[in-house]
Amino acid sequence: MKQRRSTFVLSMLCFGLAFLYIPMILLIIYSFNYSKLVPVWGGFSTRWYTVLFESEEMWAALGLSLRIALVNATFAMILGTLAGIALVRFGRFRGRTLFTGLITAPLVMPEVITGLSLLLLFIALSHAFGWPQRGFTTITIAHITFSMAYVAVIIQSRLSGMGTDLEDAAQDLGARPLRVMFDITLPLLAPGMVAGWLLAFTLSIDDLIIASFVSGPGSNTLPMLIYSRVKVGLRPDINALATIMIVMVSIGVLLACWLMIRQKHLLERDANTK
Amino acid sequence: MSQQTNDSHRPWLDGDAEPFIKIRNVTKKFGEFTAVDNIDLDIYKGELFSLLGGSGCGKTTLLRMLAGFEPPSSGTIYIDGVDMTDVPPYARPINMMFQSYALFPHMTVEQNVAYGLKRDKISKDEITRRVDEILSMVELSDFIKRKPHQLSGGQRQRVALARALVKRPKVLLLDEPLGALDKRLREQTQFELINIQDDLGVTFVVVTHDQEEAMTLSTRMAMMDAGKFQQIGTPAEVYEYPESRLVANFIGSANMFEGRVSQSGPDHVIVASKALGVEFNTEHTNSIIEGTKVWIAVRPEKITLSKMPLDAITNQLKGVVVDIGYNGKTSTYRIRISNDQIIEVSVPSQKRPKGDRQLIDWDEEIYLNWDQSNAVVLMK
Repeated sequence: MKQRRSTFVLSMLCFGLAFLYIPMILLIIYSFNYSKLVPVWGGFSTRWYTVLFESEEMWAALGLSLRIALVNATFAMILGTLAGIALVRFGRFRGRTLFTGLITAPLVMPEVITGLSLLLLFIALSHAFGWPQRGFTTITIAHITFSMAYVAVIIQSRLSGMGTDLEDAAQDLGARPLRVMFDITLPLLAPGMVAGWLLAFTLSIDDLIIASFVSGPGSNTLPMLIYSRVKVGLRPDINALATIMIVMVSIGVLLACWLMIRQKHLLERDANTK
Repeated sequence: MSQQTNDSHRPWLDGDAEPFIKIRNVTKKFGEFTAVDNIDLDIYKGELFSLLGGSGCGKTTLLRMLAGFEPPSSGTIYIDGVDMTDVPPYARPINMMFQSYALFPHMTVEQNVAYGLKRDKISKDEITRRVDEILSMVELSDFIKRKPHQLSGGQRQRVALARALVKRPKVLLLDEPLGALDKRLREQTQFELINIQDDLGVTFVVVTHDQEEAMTLSTRMAMMDAGKFQQIGTPAEVYEYPESRLVANFIGSANMFEGRVSQSGPDHVIVASKALGVEFNTEHTNSIIEGTKVWIAVRPEKITLSKMPLDAITNQLKGVVVDIGYNGKTSTYRIRISNDQIIEVSVPSQKRPKGDRQLIDWDEEIYLNWDQSNAVVLMK
């Protein structure tokens, strides 16, 4: 179908994209700036990357962020998948609507509130049981609570698009429900699960607000480090750090998108070949 | 198919024969909606039984209850003498071929077919042997390493059939087995199904909304509506002796004339139609109280057309041709009679028309004749 694109629509699109991406492109360009003054271009250099890589603080923050992101993504994938399966496959169990609401609430809840409420919970817990120590554990738990919601939504949509015929067929052929889960349901959900994992990973790497609330002394994630440094004043090595983060997050999101698109194609192909 | 003359092929006529599948007082409710309403049904070993009806009539629900996917709200299902009502699907001696075929997309043809056998404790060699055997039966030996999406519709259908048959189930359930195939492939597959069924002696229960498919395939068929059986019988019985207007209209098409019984004898019923001002003669063996409102159903192919009135015929109407549909094998004439009702008449194309001239033309006055043995009296 041919459609005439008006110049107005096209220019609005360009404007929108420019608005979104020019700052990021500028940031990436300026991360290669030799000058010590951020707004002044002093020629191309990778000097600030060297400075950055020599900073132990940065390495500690990156390490923490990655560890949190990995553990978070894995747990969020498992819990989110289970939640998604429960929502779609277990029929109308008591409290299903409530559960659906609870699962999706973290998606719309302001992060400040999630962060604050989790902080209160952790404080209460550590008063009562002496656990958890604020830091890696608390940030990870906090991240899992909201990223599993995203995974659950991805799995939910994939499952409801799949229908029950395949699982029924497996049962009909003699497979017990647990067997059906491992032979049929999970392999078909795998692309969705990987996409969910990647999404959870990038969400975690990205998060500043919730992490700030629940982290403890000495445990700075990468976004927290950037934020605290920028508060003191613009420094060129932060541009370099931000560039690295943009690259990491982009890779994660692109991979997740690619997987989801591929899975959609596979679904359509299965549907067409009926 | 129902050409067999031997009575051993008609176990439903034998009062002593034990049904293979016994459905007793089965009801299925989804909330307030009753999908299957207190039905009884006997299906005998080796039958090819069709459940026929429009969408939402409860036929698929009944099939899913046989497979074990839906537990009945009340009632009992016996298969081969065993109460199966609470047995889960994976423990039933039943396999099902799904309307969507439900082939596992991440497995090859071979893995799909072997999946059921692997669930039973069968040796590897035996599995390989049986998979090879069944795949050569459905002529797919060359495709064992392919994934379902690399197959055509007909091939996928055969994989689904092989996968359902390889476990040698006592009963095979088929949900709209030919629904997704084009006409040519359908006809071919229909006969393949009948052959396979004959060879293996498995009892088939087929769900379909396609009356032609049901007629060709079945030993017997049951027409369902609103969760109840309207009529159960051989295709010929159901077609020639429908018991209600619903059945007469669903299985093939029928012309209906409304009237009241004016005379009822031991072998005939005369029905007077006020709207047409005529009396219809029918052969009907049960006497009906005079004055009862009834309907006369006449199949389009049971009516003959003549340009002149015939003397020797018992039922005759006069009409005007409003439409002619030429279908090759037959022509369908739509004829308006005196009360403006449109009557459909199907005439075999025995004579070839010369040039453009039709044997019977538009707007022509014509007489419709049928023998009294060809009309059915319907009470509902």
